[in-house]
Amino acid sequence: MELAGIELKNPVMVASGTFGWGREYADYLDLNKLGAIVTKSITLLPREGNPPPRIVETPSGMLNSIGLQNEGLDYFLKEDLPFLAKFATPLIVNIAGESAEEYAELAKRLSRETAVKGIEVNISCPNVKKGGMAFGVDAGLTKEVIAAVKKATSQPIIAKLTPNVTDITVIGQAAVDAGADALSAINTLVGMAIDIETGGSRLGTLTGGLSGPAIKPVAVRMVYELARAVNVPVIGIGGIMSGGDAAEFLLAGAQAVEVGTANFVDTAAPLRILAELNDHVHRHPRALNLS
Amino acid sequence: MAIQEKCRIEDHKQVGPRHYKLTLASQYLASHAQPGQFVNVRCCETSDPLLRRPISLHRIDAQKGMIELLYEVVGRGTELLSKKPVGQELDLLGPLGAGFKIDPAKKIHLMAGGGMGIAPLRALAEQVTGRGSRVAGQAVYILIGAKNKESLIGEDELRKTTDQVQTATDDGSAGKKGVVTDLLLDFLDSQLSVTSYPLSVIYACGPRLMLKAVAEIARQKKIDCQLSLEERMACGIGACKGCPVKTVSGYKMVCKDGPVFDAKELVWN
Ligand SMILES: Cc1cc2nc3c(=O)[nH]c(=O)nc-3n(C[C@H](O)[C@H](O)[C@H](O)COP(=O)(O)OP(=O)(O)OC[C@H]3O[C@@H](n4cnc5c(N)ncnc54)[C@H](O)[C@@H]3O)c2cc1C
Ligand SMILES: Cc1cc2nc3c(=O)[nH]c(=O)nc-3n(C[C@H](O)[C@H](O)[C@H](O)COP(=O)(O)O)c2cc1C
Ligand code: FES
Repeated sequence: MELAGIELKNPVMVASGTFGWGREYADYLDLNKLGAIVTKSITLLPREGNPPPRIVETPSGMLNSIGLQNEGLDYFLKEDLPFLAKFATPLIVNIAGESAEEYAELAKRLSRETAVKGIEVNISCPNVKKGGMAFGVDAGLTKEVIAAVKKATSQPIIAKLTPNVTDITVIGQAAVDAGADALSAINTLVGMAIDIETGGSRLGTLTGGLSGPAIKPVAVRMVYELARAVNVPVIGIGGIMSGGDAAEFLLAGAQAVEVGTANFVDTAAPLRILAELNDHVHRHPRALNLS
Repeated sequence: MAIQEKCRIEDHKQVGPRHYKLTLASQYLASHAQPGQFVNVRCCETSDPLLRRPISLHRIDAQKGMIELLYEVVGRGTELLSKKPVGQELDLLGPLGAGFKIDPAKKIHLMAGGGMGIAPLRALAEQVTGRGSRVAGQAVYILIGAKNKESLIGEDELRKTTDQVQTATDDGSAGKKGVVTDLLLDFLDSQLSVTSYPLSVIYACGPRLMLKAVAEIARQKKIDCQLSLEERMACGIGACKGCPVKTVSGYKMVCKDGPVFDAKELVWN
């Protein structure tokens, strides 16, 4: 299937940050069978990440504060890309930065790589120049960063939206106006967990990002709103654990999905979900009019 | 290489106030796992609690194709696990991580376990002693610390691997009154000659503060030391970057680079 100029193998991809650099899961499932591989967010320079604890389990979900730990673009190009390039599965590289220029530089250098078939822009990151407000909570900042990426690359651009906003369609439209070829939603919801013995945060940082089944209803609602507001494809993300969950996103208007936290619970999750989805479509051909 | 597989529960016994021993059939794990490695266990089929729980390999029996886990019920996950009946299958991911490294040049093996930290020591002791048929010239000493007599788990079992087992409890209800590092210091000062230090190695597993104290003792006495750490985990396979520990070369992942680390590598704060 085709999505915004990317030739996906099927509608089930893996979500950024939950599948490492692919390598970590290669022993457990055939990477060639995934719809696409989306890498963890890559930054221009290496990032050490946040202090532990970085993970707290919450009811039907988890909070994380990884802090975008990664080795930076040069390391990725040298060490991880050659491995990922060996697979027939399209590779979508997720990028994160602290300024529009940084995003643009990442996009420019990644576009030179033939193995890269698309760029997913993680706009949930704080804009360091503008006092740390996340790009993705402001329509103007979203436009600025997506426009900068658009200028730097001819690759298909997926803007990955944060749910921590009042009206996600406003941000989605801003991203499309600036040249996004598709939208993916949602990233994690900002949350907190307090240790009632110590009174402090249960994470090494004050807040973290909530993911997993707990966020699915919020994600389905946001995908539904986006799909009706914009004229580019929407990729659904958030708490997908089964083929039924994936079907729910497709019914809400998504054209494809990304599987995240489920990878931690079941190393075969994306392929199991794909099989369940196909089975579901088979049994309900009219409910899901897929092409 | 680790695999995800469903393993049949062959035996499941309560061995302490909140402590259980779980025997699982897995030829794969039994023939591939190393002492110090762990499995990531799915405690329920529903989404709450969502994540797998890391548990060390307590025994690895390649001949029988069995592994044993020794665990304490501390929350919802382990509570659900403790209810699983014999005959049911359990979804395991493993063997995971880097285990203890056994250096053939070392002749004296000091194993210190605090609380449930004794869990991986059984597998380690069995490996070092060659499963009972004692390897000539190798001495294994096991030091166990626990809160009290009731939570002193696994002592009898560990005595099957060596007759050199010493215990301490916080309240003195069994063994010496004190903590496991007291036993360690006492042992190093009064039972081991300084000339034996280069031939010795300390392996320790337990609460963070205990490990920090063990690392300090090992540093002062210049004895090689391997520590098994714990951190909250999600994936267990190095993919999520969720379980960092500070080392001299930056953050490393407890699930993938550890859980066993050379004490010299770790940075404490
Ligand atoms: C590599 C490794 C090996 C382990 N081996 C064993 C073992 O052999 N036997 C055993 O009894 N336990 C072991 N543990 C600890 C075990 O994983 C936790 O006790 C378990 O995850 C708690 O789950 P729960 O749902 O029952 O408790 P929760 O409700 O999740 O938590 C209850 C308490 O346990 C602590 N805890 C939860 N998860 C972890 C974790 N990953 N590491 C440390 N503390 C945690 C919490 O801080 C809390 O105080 C190991 C942990 C690691 C990381
Ligand atoms: C541990 C962890 C790390 C993540 N890292 C990133 C990241 O680096 N970049 C990004 O865009 N999203 C990241 N995400 C968000 C996921 O890609 C996804 O949008 C979110 O978790 C919701 O989907 P899920 O409920 O299926 O996990 C991360 C999520 C988790 C749980
Ligand atoms: S638990 Fe995911 S990297 Fe260690």
